[in-house]
Amino acid sequence: MIKNISNLGDAALYCDFGKEVNKEINSLVIKYFKTLKVKNIEGVNNLIPSYNKLIISFDLKKTNFKDLKKKIEDIKINNQNDLSFKKIQIPVCCDQKFALDINRLEKKLRLKQDEIFNNFFSKEYFCYMTGFIAGMPFVGDLDHKMRVKRLETPRVKVPKGSVGLTEQFANIYTFESPGGWNIIGNTPIEIFNNKKEKEPNLINPGDTIIFKKIDINQYKKYYE
Amino acid sequence: MNKNFIKILRPGINTTFQDLGRNNLCHIGIPFSGAMDNRNFLLSNKLVKNNLNTPVIEFAYQGPHLKYHGEKLNIAITGDVSFKIKKKKEIINGSCYESYLLEDNDEIDVYSTNKSVYGYLALGAELDLKFQWESCSINTKANIGSNSGKKISAGQEFYIKKINKDHSKKKISYINTKIDKIRVLQGTNFNYFSDEAKKKFFKDEFSVSKLSDRMGMRLEGPKINNIIDTNIKSEGLIKGVIQVTSDGNPIIMLSDHGTIGGYPKIGVVVSADYDKLVQLSPGSKIKFKQVILNDAETLFKLYDLETQNLISQI
Repeated sequence: MIKNISNLGDAALYCDFGKEVNKEINSLVIKYFKTLKVKNIEGVNNLIPSYNKLIISFDLKKTNFKDLKKKIEDIKINNQNDLSFKKIQIPVCCDQKFALDINRLEKKLRLKQDEIFNNFFSKEYFCYMTGFIAGMPFVGDLDHKMRVKRLETPRVKVPKGSVGLTEQFANIYTFESPGGWNIIGNTPIEIFNNKKEKEPNLINPGDTIIFKKIDINQYKKYYE
Repeated sequence: MNKNFIKILRPGINTTFQDLGRNNLCHIGIPFSGAMDNRNFLLSNKLVKNNLNTPVIEFAYQGPHLKYHGEKLNIAITGDVSFKIKKKKEIINGSCYESYLLEDNDEIDVYSTNKSVYGYLALGAELDLKFQWESCSINTKANIGSNSGKKISAGQEFYIKKINKDHSKKKISYINTKIDKIRVLQGTNFNYFSDEAKKKFFKDEFSVSKLSDRMGMRLEGPKINNIIDTNIKSEGLIKGVIQVTSDGNPIIMLSDHGTIGGYPKIGVVVSADYDKLVQLSPGSKIKFKQVILNDAETLFKLYDLETQNLISQI
């Protein structure tokens, strides 16, 4: 359940699901998000789910904090709803020219390259949320051994397709953007396609992600 | 074939097509976008008898210089803008909030916004633009919207689908006042900041940094010290949120903002002050004033009433 609803400014609800970041709490956030999306409540402009919060922005001409809060509190979440989550394989090439921060990771994690790659590619990950830039997925959880802080000085330009690590999460840069995540490799596949109006995102919250290691020749084949 | 079109002789600094923006896409990372200054956007459309959500040309600082080819149509510019209309036999010094009749081969030269940032040029016509997710608003970062999501550039031509038939002149008197006190509500991480930092935030003066654009407005001033953590678990953002970055400087989220962020939120600008906030040019001095939710809602009602009044006067 939502632990607390407060206001974020005068035109948004801030729904807090708890302090922890884990799959259970996030799944509840996603359930609320999906339920509310279908309900299409008058005046709601945007629903923004994240690890453990849901922000609901609204049109102040059509509703207000008090009325909308009451509506959200009264909503019943069907625990059986929606099992339409996908399992998606993402090829990642960790060639030197893509693994921009592998040396930093070796140093910070005190692991050898191979250990880092073996650990990273041996797990399934869960998509907690998408956003920041269009379509960027935030997936987790990285193994405890693999957790590292973001770069002290973020890059002005992270190349499109870069796969980054920070703390318990990995993400994928859907287009070139500034960013401070530790880059471990690059995927040749399109994660966000703005030509597709229906489903521009390849990965959505709740999906399971498997990263598959490919070499540079396999990588190049995607562009042939 | 359609023969009515505008040709861009000089694009200006940041010239895009904007309408009311797009809803319900923040969850995939696509922000609201839309015209930065909503009131001036609506007024520009009303002055040329458009549907109020018709795409218009938004420009910042220096606007476009364009040439028109085709049958007569009305145009209007809103904001605090200097522009000229060059006709065959005369050059008109244009006034904002007034419609002008444009004829074949006429030029509009929008040379600057005065002590403000954004201005709007509406054509009394329907441009042939591509809509993406029900909006033509250009987001240059994600390359979304009309014109392949890119700024308007020199030499481009934009065709017109349909011209409004009624060419009667429209005019209102309206002056953009500059705001110096931005009203804010407490943010959801207000208690992340020391008492001293909170006091500074509401007492001291900040200045708008040059590093401001449609995504965000960076401020310079006293450092706002954090006593808990300079990061939070990333969560959703809305426009008007004031985050304080690790270096202690506030940054206000504007219409093209990243949809999630991980810095603590000290405050949120009230909706009523958003239009005037975005018009603050780099170097402007501002102070924050704390209000409560009830007041913010009342302020918005007044703002909206005033906007509706202006629209109905045209």
